[in-house]
Amino acid sequence: MTTTLTVNGTSATVDLPEDTPLLWVLRDGLSLTGTKYGCGVAACGACTVMVDGVAVRSCQTALGDVAGASVITIEGLGTPAALHAVQAAWIDHQVAQCGYCQSGQIMQAASLLAENPSPTSQDIDDAMDGNLCRCGTYPRIRAAVMDAATRLREV
Amino acid sequence: MSRIGTIARRTFLIGSAAILGGVAFGTYAYRKPHANPIAGAGIGAITPYVLIDPQGVTIITPRAEMGQGIQSTLAALVAEELDLPWDQVRVMHGPPAAAYYNGAMLQEGVPFAPTDEGWLAETARSAMAIPAKFLALQITGGSTSIPDAYEKMRAAGAVARVALVQAAARRLGVPAESLRTEGGAVIGDDGTRIPYTELAVDAAASDLPDVPPLKSRADWTLLGTSLPRTDMVEKSTGTAIFAGDIRLPGMRFATVRMNPAIGAAMTGFDAAAALTLPGVEQVIELGNGVAVVGSTTWAAMQGAAAVTFDWAPAAYPGTSDEMRSQIAAAFTADTVDSIPRDDGDVGQANGQSLQAEYHVPPLAHATMEPMQATAHLQDGHLTVWVGTQAPGLAQQAAAKAAGIPEENVTLHTTQMGGGFGRRSEVDVTVHAATLAAALPGIPVLVTWSREEDMTMGPFRPMASARLSGSVRDGAIEAFDLAIAAPSIMETFGERFGIPMAGPDSTLSQGAWEQPYTFPNYRITAHRAPRTVPLGFWRSVGASHNGFFHDCAVDELAHLAGADPLAFRLQHLTHEPSRKVLEAVAEMSGWGNPRPNRALGVAFSLSFGVPTAEVIEVEDTESGIRLTGAWAAVDVGTALDPRNIEAQVSGGMVFGLSAAINGQITFAGGHVEQQNFWDYEPLRLHQCPEIQVRILETGVKIRGIGEPGTPPAAPALANALFALTGTRARELPLSGSFRFA
Repeated sequence: MTTTLTVNGTSATVDLPEDTPLLWVLRDGLSLTGTKYGCGVAACGACTVMVDGVAVRSCQTALGDVAGASVITIEGLGTPAALHAVQAAWIDHQVAQCGYCQSGQIMQAASLLAENPSPTSQDIDDAMDGNLCRCGTYPRIRAAVMDAATRLREV
Repeated sequence: MSRIGTIARRTFLIGSAAILGGVAFGTYAYRKPHANPIAGAGIGAITPYVLIDPQGVTIITPRAEMGQGIQSTLAALVAEELDLPWDQVRVMHGPPAAAYYNGAMLQEGVPFAPTDEGWLAETARSAMAIPAKFLALQITGGSTSIPDAYEKMRAAGAVARVALVQAAARRLGVPAESLRTEGGAVIGDDGTRIPYTELAVDAAASDLPDVPPLKSRADWTLLGTSLPRTDMVEKSTGTAIFAGDIRLPGMRFATVRMNPAIGAAMTGFDAAAALTLPGVEQVIELGNGVAVVGSTTWAAMQGAAAVTFDWAPAAYPGTSDEMRSQIAAAFTADTVDSIPRDDGDVGQANGQSLQAEYHVPPLAHATMEPMQATAHLQDGHLTVWVGTQAPGLAQQAAAKAAGIPEENVTLHTTQMGGGFGRRSEVDVTVHAATLAAALPGIPVLVTWSREEDMTMGPFRPMASARLSGSVRDGAIEAFDLAIAAPSIMETFGERFGIPMAGPDSTLSQGAWEQPYTFPNYRITAHRAPRTVPLGFWRSVGASHNGFFHDCAVDELAHLAGADPLAFRLQHLTHEPSRKVLEAVAEMSGWGNPRPNRALGVAFSLSFGVPTAEVIEVEDTESGIRLTGAWAAVDVGTALDPRNIEAQVSGGMVFGLSAAINGQITFAGGHVEQQNFWDYEPLRLHQCPEIQVRILETGVKIRGIGEPGTPPAAPALANALFALTGTRARELPLSGSFRFA
């Protein structure tokens, strides 16, 4: 059966079982590979996307539950030619090492800042705690989130 | 210059037969370089590292990018000498090729301490470049990429520059001396400007100098500065391509399920239920497990969960306790693998003595990206996309798995989502190649589940150590450390069919070569029986020996009633080692009072890099928090300070993750940990601010991917002792302490 949803502003219809996690709908159904598989059990945050403006773990979000919803992935947040403020801050702070977790980190940070434009460092710790990074980029993530908050407030 | 030196100096030169566009650079001989692997790839393949076509200059950076920023720094080595602006630099990993051998890889194994720069040690090291070349070891690891590339990639850039200048001189009819290079172009003294892209073909006719003079450091404009990484924009926009991100028409998605008793046989399986699930298409036997192929990775994973198996039991001891008993029994005279250090006579000590036993568990790498690879067999030719630290080994393994000659395999090395040593294995490459051969014409992506990735190894070995030490008059009189662990090289050799004769230097790595001046000083490595497959885990033997050795020094400092940091300095004459300790003392405010908080220091010299780290801990109501961290390293020459800082702080976080929570345990021959909820790395709220200072007093340039890791665990354990008075001699520390 088919399900229709909006992905990065474009309507998409996929023919996959309704219990298919959004992660695999994006990656294997729609070839949007910026969203990553890390654990499959919502323990690492690598698959984070926004559904109707809120960060969710796409590995735990069934396709049937996002029918008609608006999904934003890392590809839709910004592009190399038109960066989102969070992405620009990530680049300025040279956050990424291997980069595999960073799509999820950036989506989580963008969601935090949409909800809370002036986070404290405790707010950042709380919001970003579900996103693992094995390269240990945490200090730069903190700095980049703070910087992105400033950029967004100045827009 | 010795003959060895001459060969080494010439290895960057190309001299292949004619390539497209009529470019030729002489001929090849046995003692000359390996064939230029990119000859034919474009118009101007001026060395194996520089490719110029009408679109621009591409620098080949043939080391795996697993997060350490190596491709940017390698590119900067070439770009510096080529006078190529950073914004014009494009990088490409390049194909697996003998020309990209890693000459520094085997040097770590020579029986001389990295601080020994005497004639004999240096001769042995330069001799190791020859077998490395013959073996075509294109391997990324051991913090060797920079030491290996520092001369040869700068020379590659310089050769290419000279060739381009000579081409411009011929075209303009002026002496080469009247020309300069700037901004990716040759400039005449009348202001005439010819971009490199227009000179590539003519450059082929240039008479190449043997060794062009390299810039002096004072003239560097790229090296020594913090450059934006070439992969940063793609990694911040979801456009970096990992092996699992390849998408091809008609692609199928697969996962595997292997016997959880690692390496044991599969005696039967039933896939009937799996094959009824939506999207599940095929179940293919893979020796001691199966692959499930489907229309999505999710379908394949659902299918794999529905297959039932009959597994043969493990051929190794089934529990962690049994493995530990085997190691405990291995501290005997007949298990001695080597005694790489035996200064003075440890038996003559008669001061105040201390006996202590230390232990660490096995660890998984748990890279953020689980193992994945894509393969496609078309008309007898196999194309593989995989993130690999050893593309040559991967190519060989893929050919064998698909049953085709190696020359019929094209291997693309992709970005890798963490490596830490894990991606020197070829297991997932074999899976992808096997499936591609079973499904000719159909591209297949294999993705291991996190659970498969966590449980299949190869692991950092379980290891134990026994200290017999003594102090007298406030100083160490005797330091006798025996280490026992199963051998990484033994099981690695088995997997790759490479006989590994002689001692395994990784058993004592990070212990025997410490620059301390204890008068009676012995390091003994015992080889425990093999159990599970073992592999290279960031900093390898130093990952456990750094903990054993430094905690032992710390305990002896307390026994002597001395300040732990001053005590270490008291036993060090090696200046770079002293300086990193002095640096962290200053950075951390060592000695300042701090209520409810305490500091721990650790020092470890690994991969030639003296590294000192200090960690501050605080007792809070919710548990112990890490409130500060400081590190100082001496890399000899710092090519990209911001990237070095990232590697040191990242290496420290990696070490702290393992120190606090990391352990792989076995029950019934199976790994008990499954995912990040029971093998939990450090999370953001647990990570302290980390300050790093980079020193450059050492003689040689060093790599920095690993040295940040070994001191992390002992610095934390030593800090916890200072805070609580409880000495933890076993990891993970969450077994003895409650962390916030």
